[in-house]
Amino acid sequence: MEAPLLHLALVGTPNSGKTSLFNALTGSRQKVANYPGVTVERKEGFFVTPLGRQVSVVDLPGTYSLRGRSPDEEITRDIVLGKASGETRPDLVLCVADSTNLRLTIRLLLELKRTGRPIVLVLNMFDIATRRGITVDVAQMANALDVPVVTSIAVRKGGTADLLKLTDEISAQIQPEPQENTWRPLSVAELRATQREADRIIASTVSLPSRPDTWTARIDAVVLHPVGGLIVLALILFVMFQAVFAWAQPLMELLSSSFDALGQFVHDTLPAGLLQSFLQNGVISGVGSVIVFLPQIIIIFLFILLLEDFGYMARAAFLMDRIMGGAGLHGRAFIPLLSSFACAIPGIMATRVIDNRRDRLTTILIAPLMTCSARIPVYTLIISAFIPAKQVWGFVNLQGLVMFGLYAAGITSALLVSFLIKFFMLRDYAPAPFMLELPDYKMPRLKSIAIGIFTRAKMFLQRAGTTIFSMMVLIWFLASFPQPPVGAADPAINYSLAAILGKAIAPLLAPVGFNWQIAVALIPGMAAREVAVAALGTVYAIEGGKEAAEQIGQVLATKWSLATALSLLAWYIFAPQCASTLAVIRRETGSWKWMATTFAYMLALAYAASLATYNIAVALGAG
Amino acid sequence: MTDDKITRPQISTHMPSGSPSSLPLGLAERGYSGVIQHLSASDAGSALSDVELESRLIELGFVEGAKVEILHEGIVGRDPIAVRVDNVTIAVRRREAMAIIVA
Repeated sequence: MEAPLLHLALVGTPNSGKTSLFNALTGSRQKVANYPGVTVERKEGFFVTPLGRQVSVVDLPGTYSLRGRSPDEEITRDIVLGKASGETRPDLVLCVADSTNLRLTIRLLLELKRTGRPIVLVLNMFDIATRRGITVDVAQMANALDVPVVTSIAVRKGGTADLLKLTDEISAQIQPEPQENTWRPLSVAELRATQREADRIIASTVSLPSRPDTWTARIDAVVLHPVGGLIVLALILFVMFQAVFAWAQPLMELLSSSFDALGQFVHDTLPAGLLQSFLQNGVISGVGSVIVFLPQIIIIFLFILLLEDFGYMARAAFLMDRIMGGAGLHGRAFIPLLSSFACAIPGIMATRVIDNRRDRLTTILIAPLMTCSARIPVYTLIISAFIPAKQVWGFVNLQGLVMFGLYAAGITSALLVSFLIKFFMLRDYAPAPFMLELPDYKMPRLKSIAIGIFTRAKMFLQRAGTTIFSMMVLIWFLASFPQPPVGAADPAINYSLAAILGKAIAPLLAPVGFNWQIAVALIPGMAAREVAVAALGTVYAIEGGKEAAEQIGQVLATKWSLATALSLLAWYIFAPQCASTLAVIRRETGSWKWMATTFAYMLALAYAASLATYNIAVALGAG
Repeated sequence: MTDDKITRPQISTHMPSGSPSSLPLGLAERGYSGVIQHLSASDAGSALSDVELESRLIELGFVEGAKVEILHEGIVGRDPIAVRVDNVTIAVRRREAMAIIVA
């Protein structure tokens, strides 16, 4: 008879190398999802022990105690205690420690012991500790703690052999009768007592070298310098931005033209009709317009994972904390918001580095206000059609100035919204004070990074295949049905539900200066912002081709007033014109509520901004 | 990071009780090193409750007798500070560090 699946749970402080150990144990056999109803990542992996036992292992959120002061830490506590609904209580808890830094983990372990679960202490990164001259009397430590202790080097091949062997030994003798849980939240005095106990055990079993890691001190002397540190940060960001835009471009063009070619192939192969249109315009171009962002997502996560594994992310948060803190943002929100200038989707996914739920939610809500690259085609089209390319103040190009203004408006409004969220919506959350361990620098391991990127890419593609795909099909449906009557002279979209909807909402958009053609184009523009450009072309029945964009500009310049054009620009700064972003918000927050909130507040901002812009422009004579 | 020179800022008159040379870590300058005397969360004015702040500080290793040294500080208001606590480096804001009384 086959033994049942053995359930392991990894518990440890942040930066204990838990995730590298998880990667080393499971390789790419991982499933990443959210715990139901919360913005907390659930990572489960599988492996087989040397004796053939099937094992499932969950990587629980990092924590310094079992008090559960945030939703992440509550998950860790509830799973260890077996209280989490729908989760199996772990048969064995692996408490993972950074061998160079045992104090905080030993205290956590003493607390974990009270839960009555079988526990193993894993002294991870043992090679680094040895190199620094730290020696640990493993046998005596096991004795003093009364739990098995095993060393591991997660990043080296075979570095987990002892742990696997021990897992087999322990799984053979785990009693079916669980021991009693005597854990309850620790008082301040008990916390102190456990820390003293931990310090006592460490003093008797570990000999520490007198000097700290000199490399970390040397790097920090530059990287955390009040001025030098900000320059280094700016340089890193510059390289990152360059990479996201420049390196990703050829790949994105390749993907985009492949999807075009595939669509063309379908167009040529199938007879004209609904199936052809569905496959070409609904499925292939819809999903294609999202998958095109895959190179950007991979590059952003390459940078984020490298910086995180190296230990720099905590430093970036340190440098930016006070600068962002004024707007109620956490230092860690910096990189996700920056990524959102490329695309809000990887930006929102990158908010996973923020461990406090409130801070993460605020960042997710404002990320779509950062001017993403999909707005650029729309901005460029309208600016080149309506804004004269003249010099102002002698040296500034007016078109460039407007473009800059649009970016600045996005950033300013994001900071304002964050400020308002802090004051009105999430005020009952205790704000997370900035208390963060700055770990010693470590060489990132390629395998760990590769697994990390692979999991994110897989997650993104799964989303593109499900939620985003269904939104795209819906948008195609709206733009295609009902079909035009035989011999119709106008473009097909003018007979569709999108047009009916567009004309229905046109009166609502009239006060902001939009005509029904704009209203119609905004509907397929929900697929991706730049699609609105093509949709405007379709609505105004402009022949496609290379000069189409230029032609659209010329046509628009004759059909719209300057006030309408400016109003549309203002609209695009704020409007939630992106089904994929909304779908990702839904997935990342695990709730329709936050997706609806984002949609509603952005729509309200867009309407107000356009209304103000249009009326001011008309009053100034641009109507 | 070696700093032979130990700088102590002026101690204001309304200091919490203790030995005359004790001060909150939140007022210490970069390069300061000392030993934690006690925690006094009610003096910090943090948004956290006293118990919560004290608990978090202990969990990060700020316990009586631990050696602390201020390694780095931020550019705005010299805040936050990076503190070496025994052999770990922790970043905290000065506001929360007011609860850590050192000498």
